[in-house]
Amino acid sequence: MRGRALREGSFRGFLYLSLAVGLVALGALLVQVVGDGFSFLDGVLFSNPPSANPDRAGARPAILATIWLLGLVLVFAVPVGVATAVYLEEFANKDRWHNRMLELNIQNLAGVPSIVYGILGLAFLVRGIGLGRVLLAGALILTLLVLPTVIIASREALRAVPGSIRQGGLALGATPWQVTFRSVVPAALPGIATGSILALSRAIGETAPLILVGALTYVAFDPTPLGAFTALPVQIFQWIGRPQEDFRLLAAAAIIVLLGILLTMNAAAILVRNKYQRKW
Amino acid sequence: MRNRTISTLVAALAAASLLAACGGDSRGDETTAPAEPAASTGATASAEPVPATTEGPALSGTIAADGSSTVGPLTTAAAEAFGAANAGVQVTVGISGTGGGFEKFCAGETDLQNASRAIKDEEKAACAEKGIAYHEFLVANDGIAVVVNKENTWATCLTVDQLKAIWGPDSKAGTWQDADPAFPDESLKLFGPGTDSGTFDFFTKEVNGEEGASRSDYSPSEDDNITVQGVSGEKGGLGYFGLSYYEQNQDKLSAVQVDGGAGCVAPSRETVQDGSYAPLARPLYVYAKAESFTRPEVQAFMAYMIDNATALADTALFVPPTDAQATEAKAKLAAALAG
Repeated sequence: MRGRALREGSFRGFLYLSLAVGLVALGALLVQVVGDGFSFLDGVLFSNPPSANPDRAGARPAILATIWLLGLVLVFAVPVGVATAVYLEEFANKDRWHNRMLELNIQNLAGVPSIVYGILGLAFLVRGIGLGRVLLAGALILTLLVLPTVIIASREALRAVPGSIRQGGLALGATPWQVTFRSVVPAALPGIATGSILALSRAIGETAPLILVGALTYVAFDPTPLGAFTALPVQIFQWIGRPQEDFRLLAAAAIIVLLGILLTMNAAAILVRNKYQRKW
Repeated sequence: MRNRTISTLVAALAAASLLAACGGDSRGDETTAPAEPAASTGATASAEPVPATTEGPALSGTIAADGSSTVGPLTTAAAEAFGAANAGVQVTVGISGTGGGFEKFCAGETDLQNASRAIKDEEKAACAEKGIAYHEFLVANDGIAVVVNKENTWATCLTVDQLKAIWGPDSKAGTWQDADPAFPDESLKLFGPGTDSGTFDFFTKEVNGEEGASRSDYSPSEDDNITVQGVSGEKGGLGYFGLSYYEQNQDKLSAVQVDGGAGCVAPSRETVQDGSYAPLARPLYVYAKAESFTRPEVQAFMAYMIDNATALADTALFVPPTDAQATEAKAKLAAALAG
């Protein structure tokens, strides 16, 4: 009897320890970054372009470009991803070989390293179809990068909708099309939204594929979809490598901004989930 | 319900973008002033670059620069100061590395190429194949500082042969004693730039006699600040990087003097400029594509960069060109402008 209590207690201790590893690491990172970057987290960071003078350097083009990238990836990835998930989950005949191959490929694509997408973007988008080193090319590559994640998350959400909903609709004489778009997809939307937002969070932290498709380090003007661009992670990467201590503090401030955007998005995902989640 | 979900999503995104739009103003009033390089960088900016003035119609267009990450900050400083007076000209700077930059430059994708070494023969061939002609301008100098830990009292001066004994591709030196019997038996911890770096190419060529030839059991990093941390944390540490990283970290590291055959010379702006810090001083270049150089905005930008080379070098922590180098660069510019 005492042996079992001891085992339970030590297992619980191990679980707490595992939790603590993640939390302590995150806490230490936050304290360090906020301590370093706080003095540079001001209006200049948001309103000025990069500069050779750390006192006057800001990340306005990088922040705006990151928001552009987010918006474009949202517009490209979510409709295509959700449509793919609806097809695979609701309409595809899972016994057909081509549907099974599609599924297998999507699972595999979710695990492909981001740099590989970058090389694809350089070869196919930038040089192949001659799009050039523009923001749109970066957005398209990030779209491809997060698409498998959006599809998988959306499929999970659709699968969580009980079969009784579909059968009930069909029994009442609705067509499969009506059942899918009036009952199943709306019921799955909270899960789809959460999954999509988390996938977008991954996209805004990516550096490697953007550098390959031509994200630059000095862009003094506000970005447009068909113009040269930089992005927050790229800007941070470049500032950290500079010899002046002040640029590293500036990088810390930019990291706070990036974390702020990231946490806001994750918080939104949690809010959406809690507000609309239904128990069946 | 679907519509409400979507509007929540949109609201979340709007909140994220608001985050980017707000913010106080605590780094001074100068934020709205046009950005000319200021003396307040902490660097010894002896002269302010003259604001670029344009005669006649305002210039416009885009100038794409790419290449060396060492030269990047200099071109960036020039772009910033030039842009303050020429708002219509958009200069972008990338840092693909000297080699990666030449690949784009010789494919005709960029207007200006930043280079921490002169163009190589195979790059010349690649450019010629694509019909890319170019002008070469010397814009600044750079020295490679060889640095050791503050507690290192023995190595105040190293000959090139000693450096080769340590860094050579066949080197088995595990302690300082292996480099010089007079040194203590302190274990040797080596730090340096990664193999993609122009600094690595240059150092290996000058010290080991062959570009890219280096022992590989050292701690490489693309970020020189990592090398600073490594050497300052190890008593037997030894590393090398651009002079500006030493100047910014003099409190953490010591630079050793280098004996290239004519006595021990400490790295400094003066010894790099006068050529006595041999063989670890090098010129930095900007290559301008001849086709782009016919455009007035590219001409104006290069002229600005060369005319203000000293002030820009001070702002961006580079060693300015010598008077002779500056005169030669101006002559080249005049010749290129004349066509």
